[in-house]
Amino acid sequence: MIDVKGISRYYGRFAAVDNISFQVEKGEILGFLGPNAAGKTTTMRILTTYLPATTGTASVAGFDVHEQSMQVRKRIGYLPETPPLYQEMRVKDYLSFVAKIKGVEAKQSKKAVDDAMGKTDITHVSNRVIKHLSKGYKQRVGLAQALVHNPEVLILDEPTVGLDPKQIIEVRELIKSLAGDHTIILSTHILPEVSMTCERVVIINKGKVVAEDTPENLTKNLAGSQQLTIQVGGPLMDIESKLSSIEGIDTIRTEQGTNPEQGSIIIESSSSVEIRPLVAKTIVENGWSLYEQKSQDISLEDVFLQLTTKEEGTVE
Amino acid sequence: MRNYIAIMNRELKSYFASPIAYVVIGLFLLLSGLFFYLIISNFVQMCMQADMQTQYYQMAPPKLNVNMMAIRPVFHNMSLFALFFLPLVTMRLFSDEKRTGTIELLSTSPVTNFQSIFGKFSAAALLFIIMLAASFIYMLLLMIFGNPEMGPIFSGYLGMLLLGLSYVSFGLFFSTITDNQIIAAVSTVTFILFFWAIGWVSSFVNPEVGKILSNFSLIEHFDDFAKGVIDTKHIIFYISFIFMGLFLSFISIESARWRGR
Repeated sequence: MIDVKGISRYYGRFAAVDNISFQVEKGEILGFLGPNAAGKTTTMRILTTYLPATTGTASVAGFDVHEQSMQVRKRIGYLPETPPLYQEMRVKDYLSFVAKIKGVEAKQSKKAVDDAMGKTDITHVSNRVIKHLSKGYKQRVGLAQALVHNPEVLILDEPTVGLDPKQIIEVRELIKSLAGDHTIILSTHILPEVSMTCERVVIINKGKVVAEDTPENLTKNLAGSQQLTIQVGGPLMDIESKLSSIEGIDTIRTEQGTNPEQGSIIIESSSSVEIRPLVAKTIVENGWSLYEQKSQDISLEDVFLQLTTKEEGTVE
Repeated sequence: MRNYIAIMNRELKSYFASPIAYVVIGLFLLLSGLFFYLIISNFVQMCMQADMQTQYYQMAPPKLNVNMMAIRPVFHNMSLFALFFLPLVTMRLFSDEKRTGTIELLSTSPVTNFQSIFGKFSAAALLFIIMLAASFIYMLLLMIFGNPEMGPIFSGYLGMLLLGLSYVSFGLFFSTITDNQIIAAVSTVTFILFFWAIGWVSSFVNPEVGKILSNFSLIEHFDDFAKGVIDTKHIIFYISFIFMGLFLSFISIESARWRGR
């Protein structure tokens, strides 16, 4: 649905986006992650035809963003970082205007506006003047304008900024519910949002793509090692020596509690084989007690920091 | 066409949703009305003096023409007031879209630059036409209490329309080059004043250069309309001026897109 091939955008000598390529399949939600000034907004602006790329090509729904920009514009809904709202207009009038310029038929305009307001839960403020709305409601009106013409592709630049926690959950649910019918790219700084909402993530730093995968794979591949903490009951020295014989375990460390017969053991393994069932089996078969088994997963936050704080020369 | 009408309607509603339209139309009518009253009062006084002199000296009455002595100065005053008021109407057209970010909505919707430029131009032009139409009430008063020639009145209004649209087209252009409304308004007034004053400069330079300069003067071309003369060369001048403003707006919007501003 979206195909980006080697796009770059220069402002003078500064490359805001430097040879970026990625694809988004129909119905997929792609998270666009990166620190400030990484080039996320510039990439989104190129995809929405707002900005031309200096080099490279990009297509949306099979149409080139530069050569066939009008066809692309008909098929995208875009929520910029600052919602593009005419402050003096009423919510309903504003959405009707957007529906008109987005090409919604006059007969279907009312239904399209009502649907967009229903999806974003702003029907009760439809007659309010936009400038009198709270930041959260303004953000939702911005989201409604992106949805009003039921576009194939939604490009959302930080869609949950300014929303309260309840609204954030609602908007995430809304975005998830839109996947399938719509292809979605969303950029965010909020890392849990990516894990919760997106099927795939593109991490971008200093204008370059530094990683592209599912959130699970990114964390798995970059974690390097698995760390497991178990709470056990039994002779700790014996347990440690028995566990160390399991293949794939690199290091093992015991932390004894107040009771000499109970403590926690921290196990590290670089093996790709899942060690948790083996550890549990060994303890249970020897008649010891297993109180707790906790896997220390590397978070997406760690991956993000690891990728975006690398020295320039080491960035792939 | 649908996009053009949608943009024009939105702009027009936006003028009336804020105090801009009411203040600009109100003050334009107030000033025009005040000067209309002063000019007509002066003309009436001159008529009375002439009447007294005619009776006293038993001489033929002098020819006092209301069109030449009252209506023509009224049009000149109105053209000056429009110079200061129309930039207030046009200053926000694109600069406000840039400031608030709504330009991103227009630029990522299936709307051509031509549609958005012409839609905005038409909205400001319509507001000016409303201003002009409202000022016609003064002419109606003259028609009720006097007997002016209708030709120069209509030609004067045609000239005012063309002159005003020239202001609007360059006001629109200056609003495309900045996101600051004040800068847009001040630039427009300065630019238009330059094309007003360029005719006066012609008397200080050699006649050939002077003639060329006066051909660029906005007010020189207006004078014939105020006298009741409709000359195609003046119409072509104003249409070219309007076209140039719209063309520069188009170039400015396109280049801003390329530069990413």
